[in-house]
Amino acid sequence: MSTVRRALTVFGKFWWEFLVGDTPELLVATAAVIGAALALRHHPTLGFVVVPVITALALVLSTYRGRGPRSE
Amino acid sequence: MTSSNLVLALAVFGASAVEAVEALTIVLAAGTTRGWRSAFEGTAVALAALVVIVAVVGVPLVRLVPIAVLRTVIGGLLLVLGLQWLRKSILRATGNKALHDEDAIYARTVAELSDGDGASVRGSWRTLGRYGPRDAIGFTVAFKGVFLEGLEVVLVVITLGASSHQLGLAAAAAAAAIVVVVAVGFLVARQLSEVPENSMKMGVGVMLTSFGVFWVGEGSGLHWPGGDLAILGLVAWFGTVTAVTVVVLDRAAARSRLRWTAHGTSPVGARQETEGAQ
Repeated sequence: MSTVRRALTVFGKFWWEFLVGDTPELLVATAAVIGAALALRHHPTLGFVVVPVITALALVLSTYRGRGPRSE
Repeated sequence: MTSSNLVLALAVFGASAVEAVEALTIVLAAGTTRGWRSAFEGTAVALAALVVIVAVVGVPLVRLVPIAVLRTVIGGLLLVLGLQWLRKSILRATGNKALHDEDAIYARTVAELSDGDGASVRGSWRTLGRYGPRDAIGFTVAFKGVFLEGLEVVLVVITLGASSHQLGLAAAAAAAAIVVVVAVGFLVARQLSEVPENSMKMGVGVMLTSFGVFWVGEGSGLHWPGGDLAILGLVAWFGTVTAVTVVVLDRAAARSRLRWTAHGTSPVGARQETEGAQ
Protein backbone atom coordinates (compact mmCIF):
# COMPACT_ATOMS: atom_id res chain seq x y z
CA MET A 1 0.00 0.00 0.00
CA SER A 2 2.77 2.40 0.96
CA THR A 3 4.47 1.65 -2.36
CA VAL A 4 1.30 2.59 -4.24
CA ARG A 5 0.93 5.75 -2.16
CA ARG A 6 4.56 6.64 -2.78
CA ALA A 7 4.16 6.06 -6.49
CA LEU A 8 1.02 8.25 -6.56
CA THR A 9 2.83 10.95 -4.61
CA VAL A 10 5.74 10.90 -7.05
CA PHE A 11 3.30 10.96 -9.96
CA GLY A 12 1.35 13.88 -8.50
CA LYS A 13 4.54 15.73 -7.66
CA PHE A 14 5.80 15.32 -11.22
CA TRP A 15 2.64 16.81 -12.69
CA TRP A 16 2.55 19.62 -10.14
CA GLU A 17 6.17 20.51 -10.89
CA PHE A 18 5.52 20.16 -14.61
CA LEU A 19 2.35 22.24 -14.80
CA VAL A 20 2.86 24.75 -12.01
CA GLY A 21 6.42 24.71 -10.67
CA ASP A 22 7.68 28.24 -10.12
CA THR A 23 5.75 29.66 -13.06
CA PRO A 24 2.03 29.34 -12.26
CA GLU A 25 1.40 32.32 -14.54
CA LEU A 26 2.30 30.20 -17.56
CA LEU A 27 -0.39 27.66 -16.66
CA VAL A 28 -2.90 30.52 -16.36
CA ALA A 29 -1.67 31.90 -19.68
CA THR A 30 -2.13 28.51 -21.33
CA ALA A 31 -5.68 28.33 -20.03
CA ALA A 32 -6.25 31.83 -21.41
CA VAL A 33 -4.84 30.81 -24.81
CA ILE A 34 -7.15 27.77 -24.94
CA GLY A 35 -10.08 29.96 -23.88
CA ALA A 36 -9.26 32.54 -26.55
CA ALA A 37 -8.94 29.86 -29.24
CA LEU A 38 -12.32 28.39 -28.26
CA ALA A 39 -13.98 31.82 -28.11
CA LEU A 40 -12.58 32.92 -31.48
CA ARG A 41 -13.14 29.71 -33.41
CA HIS A 42 -15.93 31.38 -35.37
CA HIS A 43 -13.75 34.44 -36.04
CA PRO A 44 -10.67 32.73 -37.48
CA THR A 45 -8.95 35.84 -38.83
CA LEU A 46 -9.02 37.45 -35.39
CA GLY A 47 -8.04 34.14 -33.81
CA PHE A 48 -4.94 33.72 -35.97
CA VAL A 49 -3.66 37.03 -34.61
CA VAL A 50 -4.92 37.03 -31.02
CA VAL A 51 -3.85 33.51 -29.98
CA PRO A 52 -0.14 33.84 -30.92
CA VAL A 53 -0.04 37.40 -29.55
CA ILE A 54 -1.49 36.34 -26.16
CA THR A 55 1.05 33.54 -26.01
CA ALA A 56 3.95 35.86 -26.81
CA LEU A 57 2.72 38.41 -24.28
CA ALA A 58 2.56 35.72 -21.59
CA LEU A 59 6.12 34.66 -22.39
CA VAL A 60 7.49 38.19 -22.27
CA LEU A 61 5.67 39.09 -19.03
CA SER A 62 6.68 35.87 -17.31
CA THR A 63 10.30 36.29 -18.41
CA TYR A 64 10.26 39.90 -17.24
CA ARG A 65 8.94 38.74 -13.88
CA GLY A 66 11.77 36.20 -13.70
CA ARG A 67 14.38 38.94 -13.89
CA GLY A 68 13.94 39.43 -10.17
CA PRO A 69 15.32 42.25 -8.08
CA ARG A 70 17.51 43.72 -10.81
CA SER A 71 14.56 44.81 -12.91
CA GLU A 72 14.38 48.09 -11.10
CA MET B 1 8.66 14.13 -45.29
CA THR B 2 6.38 17.19 -44.96
CA SER B 3 7.63 20.40 -43.38
CA SER B 4 5.51 19.87 -40.26
CA ASN B 5 6.89 16.35 -39.85
CA LEU B 6 10.40 17.74 -40.19
CA VAL B 7 9.74 20.36 -37.51
CA LEU B 8 8.15 17.64 -35.35
CA ALA B 9 11.20 15.39 -35.72
CA LEU B 10 13.56 18.30 -34.99
CA ALA B 11 11.57 19.32 -31.91
CA VAL B 12 11.52 15.78 -30.50
CA PHE B 13 15.19 15.26 -31.38
CA GLY B 14 16.23 18.51 -29.70
CA ALA B 15 14.11 18.00 -26.57
CA SER B 16 15.33 14.42 -26.22
CA ALA B 17 18.96 15.44 -26.71
CA VAL B 18 18.74 18.08 -23.98
CA GLU B 19 17.18 15.63 -21.50
CA ALA B 20 19.59 12.86 -22.55
CA VAL B 21 22.58 15.08 -21.75
CA GLU B 22 21.19 15.66 -18.25
CA ALA B 23 20.45 11.96 -17.71
CA LEU B 24 23.83 10.86 -19.06
CA THR B 25 25.63 13.18 -16.64
CA ILE B 26 23.93 11.43 -13.73
CA VAL B 27 24.57 7.94 -15.14
CA LEU B 28 28.26 8.73 -15.70
CA ALA B 29 28.55 10.03 -12.14
CA ALA B 30 26.79 6.92 -10.76
CA GLY B 31 28.90 4.56 -12.88
CA THR B 32 32.18 6.19 -12.01
CA THR B 33 31.54 6.24 -8.28
CA ARG B 34 29.36 3.19 -7.61
CA GLY B 35 30.27 0.79 -10.39
CA TRP B 36 29.12 0.46 -13.99
CA ARG B 37 27.09 -2.71 -13.57
CA SER B 38 24.46 -1.09 -11.35
CA ALA B 39 24.49 2.15 -13.32
CA PHE B 40 23.83 0.29 -16.56
CA GLU B 41 21.15 -1.88 -14.95
CA GLY B 42 19.41 1.18 -13.50
CA THR B 43 19.54 2.87 -16.90
CA ALA B 44 18.20 -0.21 -18.70
CA VAL B 45 15.29 -0.68 -16.29
CA ALA B 46 14.39 3.03 -16.52
CA LEU B 47 14.49 2.95 -20.33
CA ALA B 48 12.30 -0.18 -20.36
CA ALA B 49 9.79 1.54 -18.04
CA LEU B 50 9.70 4.58 -20.34
CA VAL B 51 9.11 2.44 -23.43
CA VAL B 52 6.24 0.70 -21.61
CA ILE B 53 4.73 4.09 -20.73
CA VAL B 54 4.87 5.22 -24.37
CA ALA B 55 3.20 1.99 -25.50
CA VAL B 56 0.60 1.85 -22.72
CA VAL B 57 -0.33 5.55 -22.70
CA GLY B 58 0.51 6.71 -26.22
CA VAL B 59 -1.15 4.08 -28.36
CA PRO B 60 -4.56 4.09 -26.56
CA LEU B 61 -4.49 7.91 -26.56
CA VAL B 62 -4.27 7.94 -30.33
CA ARG B 63 -6.97 5.31 -30.79
CA LEU B 64 -9.53 6.11 -28.08
CA VAL B 65 -9.60 9.83 -27.31
CA PRO B 66 -11.50 12.12 -29.76
CA ILE B 67 -8.93 13.92 -31.87
CA ALA B 68 -10.23 17.46 -31.10
CA VAL B 69 -10.01 16.89 -27.33
CA LEU B 70 -6.64 15.20 -27.69
CA ARG B 71 -5.22 18.07 -29.71
CA THR B 72 -6.49 20.76 -27.33
CA VAL B 73 -5.17 19.01 -24.21
CA ILE B 74 -1.91 18.06 -25.88
CA GLY B 75 -1.51 21.55 -27.30
CA GLY B 76 -1.96 22.92 -23.79
CA LEU B 77 0.69 20.57 -22.38
CA LEU B 78 3.12 21.45 -25.17
CA LEU B 79 2.44 25.13 -24.61
CA VAL B 80 3.18 24.92 -20.87
CA LEU B 81 6.39 22.96 -21.51
CA GLY B 82 7.49 25.17 -24.42
CA LEU B 83 6.87 28.43 -22.57
CA GLN B 84 8.73 27.13 -19.49
CA TRP B 85 11.73 26.11 -21.60
CA LEU B 86 11.74 29.38 -23.51
CA ARG B 87 11.49 31.48 -20.35
CA LYS B 88 14.29 29.57 -18.66
CA SER B 89 16.59 29.68 -21.69
CA ILE B 90 16.00 33.41 -22.22
CA LEU B 91 16.81 34.12 -18.56
CA ARG B 92 19.97 32.00 -18.84
CA ALA B 93 21.03 33.57 -22.13
CA THR B 94 20.75 37.05 -20.64
CA GLY B 95 22.60 36.22 -17.42
CA ASN B 96 19.49 36.44 -15.29
CA LYS B 97 19.78 32.80 -14.31
CA ALA B 98 22.79 30.54 -13.86
CA LEU B 99 23.60 28.36 -16.85
CA HIS B 100 23.05 24.62 -16.54
CA ASP B 101 26.58 23.41 -15.78
CA GLU B 102 26.98 19.68 -16.47
CA ASP B 103 30.50 19.68 -15.03
CA ALA B 104 29.24 21.11 -11.74
CA ILE B 105 26.34 18.66 -11.63
CA TYR B 106 28.70 15.78 -12.38
CA ALA B 107 31.13 16.88 -9.65
CA ARG B 108 28.32 17.35 -7.13
CA THR B 109 26.78 13.94 -7.88
CA VAL B 110 30.18 12.24 -7.65
CA ALA B 111 30.84 13.91 -4.32
CA GLU B 112 27.45 12.82 -2.99
CA LEU B 113 27.92 9.23 -4.13
CA SER B 114 31.55 8.86 -3.13
CA ASP B 115 32.66 7.25 0.11
CA GLY B 116 33.53 9.51 3.01
CA ASP B 117 37.00 10.41 1.78
CA GLY B 118 35.61 11.36 -1.59
CA ALA B 119 37.86 8.85 -3.31
CA SER B 120 35.50 5.97 -3.79
CA VAL B 121 35.57 4.93 -7.29
CA ARG B 122 34.54 1.37 -7.38
CA GLY B 123 34.25 1.62 -11.09
CA SER B 124 36.64 4.14 -12.53
CA TRP B 125 36.49 5.05 -16.18
CA ARG B 126 39.08 2.34 -16.91
CA THR B 127 36.94 -0.37 -15.31
CA LEU B 128 34.13 0.18 -17.78
CA GLY B 129 34.55 -3.28 -19.26
CA ARG B 130 34.63 -5.08 -15.91
CA TYR B 131 31.49 -5.73 -13.98
CA GLY B 132 31.68 -5.38 -10.24
CA PRO B 133 29.12 -6.29 -7.61
CA ARG B 134 25.62 -4.83 -7.67
CA ASP B 135 25.15 -1.55 -5.82
CA ALA B 136 21.70 -0.41 -4.76
CA ILE B 137 22.62 3.27 -4.57
CA GLY B 138 24.23 3.30 -8.03
CA PHE B 139 21.19 1.51 -9.46
CA THR B 140 18.71 3.89 -7.81
CA VAL B 141 20.55 7.06 -8.79
CA ALA B 142 20.94 5.95 -12.42
CA PHE B 143 17.30 4.77 -12.55
CA LYS B 144 15.94 8.00 -11.08
CA GLY B 145 18.11 10.17 -13.32
CA VAL B 146 17.12 8.39 -16.51
CA PHE B 147 13.47 7.89 -15.55
CA LEU B 148 12.78 11.47 -14.42
CA GLU B 149 14.62 13.12 -17.31
CA GLY B 150 13.06 10.55 -19.64
CA LEU B 151 9.53 11.37 -18.50
CA GLU B 152 9.77 14.74 -20.21
CA VAL B 153 10.98 13.02 -23.37
CA VAL B 154 8.06 10.60 -23.14
CA LEU B 155 5.69 13.51 -22.70
CA VAL B 156 7.06 15.25 -25.79
CA VAL B 157 7.01 12.01 -27.83
CA ILE B 158 3.45 11.16 -26.83
CA THR B 159 2.04 14.66 -27.20
CA LEU B 160 3.69 15.54 -30.49
CA GLY B 161 3.39 12.03 -31.88
CA ALA B 162 -0.23 11.49 -30.87
CA SER B 163 -1.54 14.88 -32.00
CA SER B 164 -0.15 14.49 -35.50
CA HIS B 165 -0.56 10.70 -35.68
CA GLN B 166 3.21 10.34 -36.00
CA LEU B 167 4.00 8.41 -32.83
CA GLY B 168 6.49 6.20 -34.68
CA LEU B 169 8.36 9.18 -36.14
CA ALA B 170 8.45 10.95 -32.77
CA ALA B 171 9.72 7.81 -30.99
CA ALA B 172 12.37 7.27 -33.68
CA ALA B 173 13.57 10.89 -33.39
CA ALA B 174 13.82 10.54 -29.59
CA ALA B 175 15.70 7.25 -29.89
CA ALA B 176 18.09 8.78 -32.43
CA ALA B 177 18.79 11.72 -30.11
CA ILE B 178 19.50 9.41 -27.18
CA VAL B 179 21.84 7.25 -29.29
CA VAL B 180 23.72 10.33 -30.57
CA VAL B 181 24.07 11.89 -27.10
CA VAL B 182 25.21 8.61 -25.50
CA ALA B 183 27.73 7.98 -28.29
CA VAL B 184 29.09 11.52 -28.14
CA GLY B 185 29.03 11.48 -24.33
CA PHE B 186 31.13 8.35 -24.12
CA LEU B 187 33.48 9.52 -26.88
CA VAL B 188 34.21 12.84 -25.22
CA ALA B 189 34.34 11.13 -21.82
CA ARG B 190 32.19 13.37 -19.68
CA GLN B 191 32.79 16.74 -21.34
CA LEU B 192 29.07 17.25 -21.67
CA SER B 193 29.41 20.88 -20.66
CA GLU B 194 30.59 21.51 -24.23
CA VAL B 195 27.09 20.80 -25.51
CA PRO B 196 25.34 24.14 -26.24
CA GLU B 197 22.45 23.07 -24.08
CA ASN B 198 20.86 26.47 -23.60
CA SER B 199 20.74 27.28 -27.31
CA MET B 200 19.24 23.86 -27.98
CA LYS B 201 16.70 24.42 -25.23
CA MET B 202 15.75 27.78 -26.71
CA GLY B 203 15.29 26.33 -30.19
CA VAL B 204 13.23 23.45 -28.88
CA GLY B 205 11.23 25.84 -26.71
CA VAL B 206 10.31 27.85 -29.82
CA MET B 207 9.21 24.68 -31.62
CA LEU B 208 7.24 23.25 -28.68
CA THR B 209 5.46 26.58 -28.16
CA SER B 210 4.64 26.78 -31.88
CA PHE B 211 3.27 23.24 -31.91
CA GLY B 212 1.33 23.97 -28.71
CA VAL B 213 -0.38 27.03 -30.20
CA PHE B 214 -1.01 25.19 -33.45
CA TRP B 215 -2.68 22.18 -31.82
CA VAL B 216 -4.66 24.30 -29.35
CA GLY B 217 -6.04 26.17 -32.37
CA GLU B 218 -6.74 23.01 -34.38
CA GLY B 219 -8.38 21.28 -31.41
CA SER B 220 -10.54 24.31 -30.67
CA GLY B 221 -11.81 24.51 -34.25
CA LEU B 222 -9.56 27.41 -35.25
CA HIS B 223 -8.15 25.98 -38.45
CA TRP B 224 -4.92 27.72 -39.40
CA PRO B 225 -4.43 29.20 -42.85
CA GLY B 226 -2.13 27.03 -44.93
CA GLY B 227 -2.71 23.98 -42.74
CA ASP B 228 0.50 22.45 -41.38
CA LEU B 229 2.57 25.20 -43.01
CA ALA B 230 1.23 27.57 -40.35
CA ILE B 231 3.62 25.83 -37.93
CA LEU B 232 6.54 27.39 -39.80
CA GLY B 233 4.91 30.81 -39.48
CA LEU B 234 4.44 30.27 -35.75
CA VAL B 235 8.07 29.15 -35.41
CA ALA B 236 9.16 32.38 -37.14
CA TRP B 237 6.89 34.46 -34.89
CA PHE B 238 8.02 32.92 -31.60
CA GLY B 239 11.63 32.89 -32.78
CA THR B 240 11.42 36.62 -33.41
CA VAL B 241 9.71 37.31 -30.07
CA THR B 242 12.40 35.27 -28.30
CA ALA B 243 15.26 37.03 -30.11
CA VAL B 244 13.83 40.47 -29.34
CA THR B 245 13.28 39.57 -25.69
CA VAL B 246 16.86 38.30 -25.40
CA VAL B 247 18.25 41.51 -26.92
CA VAL B 248 16.12 43.75 -24.69
CA LEU B 249 16.93 41.84 -21.49
CA ASP B 250 20.60 41.60 -22.46
CA ARG B 251 20.85 45.36 -22.87
CA ALA B 252 19.03 45.90 -19.56
CA ALA B 253 21.41 43.46 -17.86
CA ALA B 254 24.43 45.21 -19.39
CA ARG B 255 23.16 48.58 -18.16
CA SER B 256 22.55 47.06 -14.75
CA ARG B 257 26.07 45.57 -14.66
CA LEU B 258 27.61 48.92 -15.57
CA ARG B 259 25.63 50.67 -12.88
CA TRP B 260 26.53 48.13 -10.23
CA THR B 261 30.16 47.83 -11.30
CA ALA B 262 30.45 51.51 -10.60
CA HIS B 263 29.40 50.65 -7.04
CA GLY B 264 32.00 47.86 -6.82
CA THR B 265 29.73 44.81 -7.03
CA SER B 266 27.86 42.82 -9.64
CA PRO B 267 24.39 41.57 -8.82
CA VAL B 268 24.45 39.31 -11.88
CA GLY B 269 27.54 37.46 -10.74
CA ALA B 270 26.33 37.35 -7.17
CA ARG B 271 23.05 35.90 -8.25
CA GLN B 272 24.65 33.32 -10.51
CA GLU B 273 26.88 32.16 -7.70
CA THR B 274 24.09 31.78 -5.20
CA GLU B 275 21.39 30.43 -7.44
CA GLY B 276 21.52 26.72 -8.13
CA ALA B 277 21.06 25.65 -11.72
CA GLN B 278 17.83 23.70 -11.95
